[in-house]
Amino acid sequence: MRTQRLDEPLDATDRFLVNRLQDGLPIVHAPFADVAREAGLSEAELARRVASLRERGAITRFGPFIDAAALGGAFCLCAMAVPHERFETVVTLVNAHDEVAHNYERQHRLNMWFVLACERPEDIRRTAARIEAETGLKVHLFPKLKEFFVGFRVTL
Amino acid sequence: MNIDATDRKILKATAPGLPLTPHPFAEVGRWLELPEDEVIARIEAMQRAGIIRRVALAPNHFALGLGANGMSVWDVDDARAAELGEAVGALPFVSHCYLRPRSLPDWPYNLFAMIHGTSREAVETQRETISAMLGAACRAHDILYSTRILKKTGMRLANGG
Repeated sequence: MRTQRLDEPLDATDRFLVNRLQDGLPIVHAPFADVAREAGLSEAELARRVASLRERGAITRFGPFIDAAALGGAFCLCAMAVPHERFETVVTLVNAHDEVAHNYERQHRLNMWFVLACERPEDIRRTAARIEAETGLKVHLFPKLKEFFVGFRVTL
Repeated sequence: MNIDATDRKILKATAPGLPLTPHPFAEVGRWLELPEDEVIARIEAMQRAGIIRRVALAPNHFALGLGANGMSVWDVDDARAAELGEAVGALPFVSHCYLRPRSLPDWPYNLFAMIHGTSREAVETQRETISAMLGAACRAHDILYSTRILKKTGMRLANGG
């Protein structure tokens, strides 16, 4: 994934599309029809523009936002306090588990934060225990108790 | 809702992205040898059930100039946490907002809110907005900036029903 700012700024039409298409589209035969009309584009032009936004890395994806938990999986945010001199070794041990979906280094005493994604809830504790045994470090488990609705949109 | 093998096939095929054509569901139907009407009906049903939240574009924060991302964490009075979490989640710069258990003594925070801005200064201003909103119900807070992505794999769907 691109982690640098785009070299070329987006034009007004692209900015409109990024803002507008963050809202859900209707699930119909011609889902782009309304937005294309608002943007003054044909539907084919609109589709090409979105494809180009993706090629340039301005967007990561256009498609369904899937609630993985609704599919029956189990997820858990986890954190560890990893001694600086062992950090790279521990990254390798933790990332070797397929259940680790993402992993971030953060500035804090708890400096490694990863998400376990498992098909069965009992596998969360089992995987965390395995990581503790392999690293000799405590894995703090932060399962979500409640998720709040967010209205977050990037506005360009 | 229990999804069946066909629903699962549709999710697997579209999770990386819809085909970018004027009639994307017809194209998905061609991939999977299903009529367009059935693809539409199944995606709609999964959206009603909350399995699909919406069909939309996912912006790349970094590319669009939102380079500063922080996980703000708050130790909020349990009696008011649900009500205050609702209010924090509604702020326009909060992209994820959760209540999680504390892990004492190492970790006293129970409310987690991801915030995004063009700079750390912008993120700190947003953090102050949250702090003012929580007021005396918040006993302590912190923010954890990510310094490195160590792993990022997309959601994997198991095969079968």
